[in-house]
Amino acid sequence: MSLLEIENLSLSIGDVPILKNIELSIAPGEVMGIVGESGSGKSLTALAIMKLLPEGTMARGRVTFDGIDILSAPEPSMCRLRGDDIGMVFQEPMTALNPVKTIGEQVAEGIRWHTGARRADAEKRARAMLDRVGLPESKVPLSRYPHELSGGQRQRVVIAIACALRPKLLIADEPTTALDVVLQAQILELLRDLVQENRMSLLLISHDLAVVAEMADRITIMRRGAVIETGDTTRVLTRQAHPYTRQLAEASAHVPARAAAAAPPAAEPLLEVRDVVRDYPLRRRSLLARPGKFRAVDGVSFSLRAGQSIALVGRSGCGKSTLARMILALDRPTSGTIRFMGEDIATRANDALRPARRNMQVVFQDPYGSFNPRHKAERLVAEPLHLLDEPLSKAERRTLVAETLEQVGLSAADMDKYPHEFSGGQRQRLSIARAIITKPKLIIADEPVSALDVSIRAQILDLFADLNARLNLAYLFITHDLTAARAITDTVLVMHEGRIVETGPTETVLRHPASDVARTLVAAAPNLAQALETRQRRLANAEGSFGLPFDPHTS
Amino acid sequence: MIAFLAKRLAVGFATLLASSVIVFFVLEVLPGDPARIMLGMNASPETLAALRLEMGLDRPIPIRYLDWIMGLAIGDFGRSYTYSSTVMDLILERLGVSLPLAVIALTLSTLIAIPVGVFAAARRGRAADTITMGAAQVGVAIPNFWFALLLIYVFAVGLRLVPAGGFPGWGETLADNWQALKALILPAVALALPQAAILARVTRSAMVDVMGEDYIRTARAKGMPHRTVLWRHALRNALIPVLTIMGLQFAFLLAGTIIIENVFYLPGLGRLIFQAIIQRDLIVVEGVLMLLVATIILINLAVDICYALIDPRLRLSR
Repeated sequence: MSLLEIENLSLSIGDVPILKNIELSIAPGEVMGIVGESGSGKSLTALAIMKLLPEGTMARGRVTFDGIDILSAPEPSMCRLRGDDIGMVFQEPMTALNPVKTIGEQVAEGIRWHTGARRADAEKRARAMLDRVGLPESKVPLSRYPHELSGGQRQRVVIAIACALRPKLLIADEPTTALDVVLQAQILELLRDLVQENRMSLLLISHDLAVVAEMADRITIMRRGAVIETGDTTRVLTRQAHPYTRQLAEASAHVPARAAAAAPPAAEPLLEVRDVVRDYPLRRRSLLARPGKFRAVDGVSFSLRAGQSIALVGRSGCGKSTLARMILALDRPTSGTIRFMGEDIATRANDALRPARRNMQVVFQDPYGSFNPRHKAERLVAEPLHLLDEPLSKAERRTLVAETLEQVGLSAADMDKYPHEFSGGQRQRLSIARAIITKPKLIIADEPVSALDVSIRAQILDLFADLNARLNLAYLFITHDLTAARAITDTVLVMHEGRIVETGPTETVLRHPASDVARTLVAAAPNLAQALETRQRRLANAEGSFGLPFDPHTS
Repeated sequence: MIAFLAKRLAVGFATLLASSVIVFFVLEVLPGDPARIMLGMNASPETLAALRLEMGLDRPIPIRYLDWIMGLAIGDFGRSYTYSSTVMDLILERLGVSLPLAVIALTLSTLIAIPVGVFAAARRGRAADTITMGAAQVGVAIPNFWFALLLIYVFAVGLRLVPAGGFPGWGETLADNWQALKALILPAVALALPQAAILARVTRSAMVDVMGEDYIRTARAKGMPHRTVLWRHALRNALIPVLTIMGLQFAFLLAGTIIIENVFYLPGLGRLIFQAIIQRDLIVVEGVLMLLVATIILINLAVDICYALIDPRLRLSR
């Protein structure tokens, strides 16, 4: 019998249908993965199980959990269910914890609420749970506040809260999307262990096919509020019976066709970084003590030729963004030189940087956050034009914006739209248009595709490759995502604790990583093909010993 | 924490010194000679000169400033030109009315505003929210002297529960003090209502913001009921803007209450400063202003300390 049975669930907000006839079931101890792009309704499905839907949502159909009809259950009995029988882990660890309460209070609170345990007992259990998720007393006492922990540690606290009472069902909604690949691998392993230890069922929601392929027994693919396909993970992903499943699988392994590193080594590198160091002062321990310092970037050197594309990969906090800020002349190195087109930009005054800024533009991760919502696309894209020495006339400017929009695959008519009228992928095109309008030589892209859905991601990667070929643009790609790095760069720099620990051609480094850091990164990166291979091997072993596996769910 | 306090006190002291310069020089530069106002327009030049000499007004302004500031340092605010009393005594007497009035009014307004704000936020978009916030809008809009007159009409004239005005002064016995307290009740209510209305709106909007945060969803996912989440998780996070407004309100309640003081014939700081300005009793104006500056600095310090108590992220960063 299933632990959770969703039958014919439909949701609507006002007259807008959000979910259409969702069917989903999870057996006790089973790991079910839901995969879909943003807006496919996977999170709302999860919230419907918790009955924590946003106000004004109308739900029809049937959700049965452990014999309880969730949709008609009264609020007090839902409160008893949530956190006790169903635990939930969310996407954004940085904001999922209450900043004014200690983590001890926050873990113990649910235990006290559900079991009526006294504070001391509840705290003892909270302590044990935090130990279990990898936060030992010596490093993370109960009296810590969330802001004193890193993103990965916070996600462990959230997991401790969700699993404290050994729920029958754990729902994890994009639990690792905000974390770097190494943390992602650790958190997924923790979830897998916890689920096995306590024989919990897990509903794992992700946009990443590879993550789900590694974790889930069965998989459900959702699109636009409806279930596209459901069944045994290996079967669904190897057969790829539904065109959308195939499309998702192809997009997640997408590598743009690009000409091999063309440009012969020019005499003068476009960008040359020499022995760059950046220290940040730490807080003084007392009035008299000298402030200590934190070395974010430690003696980094590399150079980049015109038209070359380099990936700078590393875990979060390794100093890659600090380095990028210095190359963009938004921050100055403590020591070392940065030469761009032959000129030292590290020591120049702001005014003297105009030519450099014109030839070096940036694309950020969050396309929405980097636009003023009250400006039209024309003004947003034309923004860097103030760097030109000769101001353009209004007509010239419009023509240039129109041309640039067409170059990135938008149309000239999009000029008069506001940012919210564009989709996520179009917005990233818009920010690329903004970056190339001054015809720069170098684009610095800080995680430019990690906020995008896989299919859009593939398109944007194609666009980057295309612009590289057509405009001879050089890229410095900052990312923790090795597949993105592999897709469009020739050379990779692996950064760790402020230093470059490995350099080489992208393919070589990713296939045969030499340093421990690079090995860890490569091993942690989710890989669809590999995950499926492992699964099939496991399946083959199982068949050898038990005969054909019985799967009641595939029809 | 101690280093933080020492630093803030030092900054506060510097602010106080800077404002003393501004207060003194601006007032002395403004037209209007206290000696002439005391003597009237027809006084002879000789009498005027004699009085100026006696009041020390003939000396250069910087010297007089130094004299005044040294006095302040040892608690000597000088003597009033118009009242036959020291400035210190005048201020202390008026503070005996204004301080309790401000404290009572602020307490009342907080006790009303926070529950009302939380209540409205919890029922956001429903009838209860619309009605309470509509009432708060009216509360902000009502002129407080009109509300004060209404209170007098109902509770003093009609029900005869409290006096309509005047202040008997604090006394020795409990009964005396009860009478004094009774005289402050209506003015405190009249002052508290519009403040409560503002504070309720601030509380509601801060709560609405916080209720949309991810950690509220985490708390709900733990199984905590809506109400518990509201009071235990949301309120403390919403208190920062509420405290900021309370700090500003306290400063206002201490000295900006002249209209209410006039309606109720209360001898408070507001009326003291108003009369002193009319009579060019500059030394009193200066003394009261310095007291207010000092109070505001202290209130801000207290508000900052409260911030740090509420939010651990603000504890170490300064």
